[in-house]
Amino acid sequence: MLEIKNLHATVDGKEILKGINLTINPGEVHAIMGPNGSGKSTLSYVLSGRDGYEVTGGSVTFQGKDLLAMEAEERAAEGVFLAFQYPVEIPGVSNTTFLKTALNAVRKHKGLPELDAMQFLKLIRAKAKSLNMNDDMIKRAVNVGFSGGEKKRNDILQMAMLEPSFAILDETDSGLDIDALKLVADGVNSLRSPERSMLVITHYQRLLSYIVPDHVHVLAYGKIVRSGGKELALELEAKGYAEFGSPEAA
Amino acid sequence: MAAIATLKDLYETLSPGLPGAGAAGLDRLRADGYARFLADGIPTPKVEGWKYTNLRDLAGVSLAPAQGTIDSAANTDFDVPSVAPGETHRLVFVDGRFNAALSAVGALPQSVTLDSLRGLIEASPATAAEVLERFPAPKADTGLRVGPNPGRGQALGLVGLNGAFLAEGAVLTVGEGVKLARPVEIVFIATAADGAWHPRLLIDVAAGAEVTVAEHHVARGGGATFANIVSGVRVGEGAILRHAKFQEEAETALHLASVTATVAASGTYETFVLTTGGRLARTDVQVRLQGSGAQTRVSGAYGVDGSRHADFTSLIDHVAANCTSREVVKGVIDGRGRAVFQGKIIVRPDAQKTDGHQLNRALLLSDTAEIDAKPELEIYADDVKCSHGATAGELDEEALFYLRARGIPADTARALLIAAFLDEVAEEIGDEHLRAYATARIQDRIGRLTGITVDTDAPVLGE
Repeated sequence: MLEIKNLHATVDGKEILKGINLTINPGEVHAIMGPNGSGKSTLSYVLSGRDGYEVTGGSVTFQGKDLLAMEAEERAAEGVFLAFQYPVEIPGVSNTTFLKTALNAVRKHKGLPELDAMQFLKLIRAKAKSLNMNDDMIKRAVNVGFSGGEKKRNDILQMAMLEPSFAILDETDSGLDIDALKLVADGVNSLRSPERSMLVITHYQRLLSYIVPDHVHVLAYGKIVRSGGKELALELEAKGYAEFGSPEAA
Repeated sequence: MAAIATLKDLYETLSPGLPGAGAAGLDRLRADGYARFLADGIPTPKVEGWKYTNLRDLAGVSLAPAQGTIDSAANTDFDVPSVAPGETHRLVFVDGRFNAALSAVGALPQSVTLDSLRGLIEASPATAAEVLERFPAPKADTGLRVGPNPGRGQALGLVGLNGAFLAEGAVLTVGEGVKLARPVEIVFIATAADGAWHPRLLIDVAAGAEVTVAEHHVARGGGATFANIVSGVRVGEGAILRHAKFQEEAETALHLASVTATVAASGTYETFVLTTGGRLARTDVQVRLQGSGAQTRVSGAYGVDGSRHADFTSLIDHVAANCTSREVVKGVIDGRGRAVFQGKIIVRPDAQKTDGHQLNRALLLSDTAEIDAKPELEIYADDVKCSHGATAGELDEEALFYLRARGIPADTARALLIAAFLDEVAEEIGDEHLRAYATARIQDRIGRLTGITVDTDAPVLGE
């Protein structure tokens, strides 16, 4: 599904990723944990194609294609999805307009017919219902006036609509209380399938009690320094990240 | 100034042939206008209020009225814009000239009149002169001499020029308590390669009455024409006037308009101006809130590219107490386009409990796009709530990435964000016909600006 080889990346001339190696197979859920400033968010932006992140070495292959050669929208259309740490508010663009435009762009890319208004409505209603989102939330401007939990649910709704084959969840638990977290995690879990892989990025173990990963990696100062099973998350929760050193040591 | 010398000939040649020539009232109004033009001339950047909009292009433009080569009966196949096709009372002008064949006033309630000024003058010059004088005149000066920056007024030279050739225009009067169900439309269609028109638009809404007016300025093959429009508006006690102007002339056209409105106690004047056409377009709105509890809502949206210029200048004068004003003006500037926003709120000493807010935002799409924004508050009362804000910026990169990360191509994402930015102004419009039309025209303009047709026509939720 996804193969990251010796990935190096810089932001504003400063090297943040210093040789990441990671292979994710279809259906697997991998978690990346690490202290603040370790490069977790940079990795998610590099994979999703955000401007301002310069790849200086290495490669990323996604379903046999060179992911790094694609624009952000191509990656999305190919099946990469980033659930944002801070979903963006877009005044004046309704959720329905946004999602209809996105879904039809992705469908067009896949050679599928575009959905008309009625087909689209039926689909979004069904998906929203399972995330406990009402018509009002769907109709409003994208994320405007949404609570932290609503924003995250809205991101998961987008994921449910676009049905990506690879989803990156960037600090999805940040800013959520336990009820909101459960709701979001349920949404994510319902999207787990043998064909869909996920990369869950988080600082805390808490989220991984709800979205249970197959593999856990520790990212510290630009490199994956340790990998293990789901029990690694519990160990980190108990011991902290101190043993992985400081930026100076890396 | 060559233009003035030529104009003298034109004035002397044309004025005897204008409708109602020889009638004392009209002759005096025209002579006054001409004298005012001679005295003040075309405003230059030295004039406060014209610092950012240079009318040097006018030197190459004929100030004379476009010649009446249009046979009013023959021109019936134009695509006449409308906010509600077939369901409005409309007057149509082709190259500044009233066109009876295209107009469709329809049935009006008693105590409502909608006439072309030419028709009114031809029927009775004396009555027409009386009507003309009933409307508030634009002021060059707000009369305030307190503080370091005395009030700026309108360019009386241009108003004078309009007066010198007074003949065309529209007069709408709505009698007490009448709520006109259908919108009134005043449509100007430019077909000529050049030439000027100087229409006078007068709207009088009596106490308790309610009316919606849409004003269109479009080109159907028109070129470097010059529209110099002077409007007078009276909103009576408790009356409501919703007024929208859609300025969509040719890219070579010049458009200068000044609107002077007075609002009586508890009356409401809403005005929206869309500026998407013309190489230079300026709308200058003066609203005087004269009676307690009067309200105004002034909004504007513009889109300029190439080396075009759009200017929105307003003066909201809180004369009486307990009045509210809200102004929102937003625009998109691309290429070497330039926009000007000048917004002034005056709160006079008696205007206690004033609630006045003003917001101006510009979206700059290129490094060479330019906005000059000059918000001003001049407050002489002590118990008021006033605010203003002005911002200029680029498209939000985070929002752009968010849209692209969902598969939306970059150019579509840009078009969506631009549409969203301008659509917010359309939300200010209270009347649904006007709002829907404004949204559609904004999207059309963005389509031409970006080459992308955005589908903001979101499916309607609810059974």
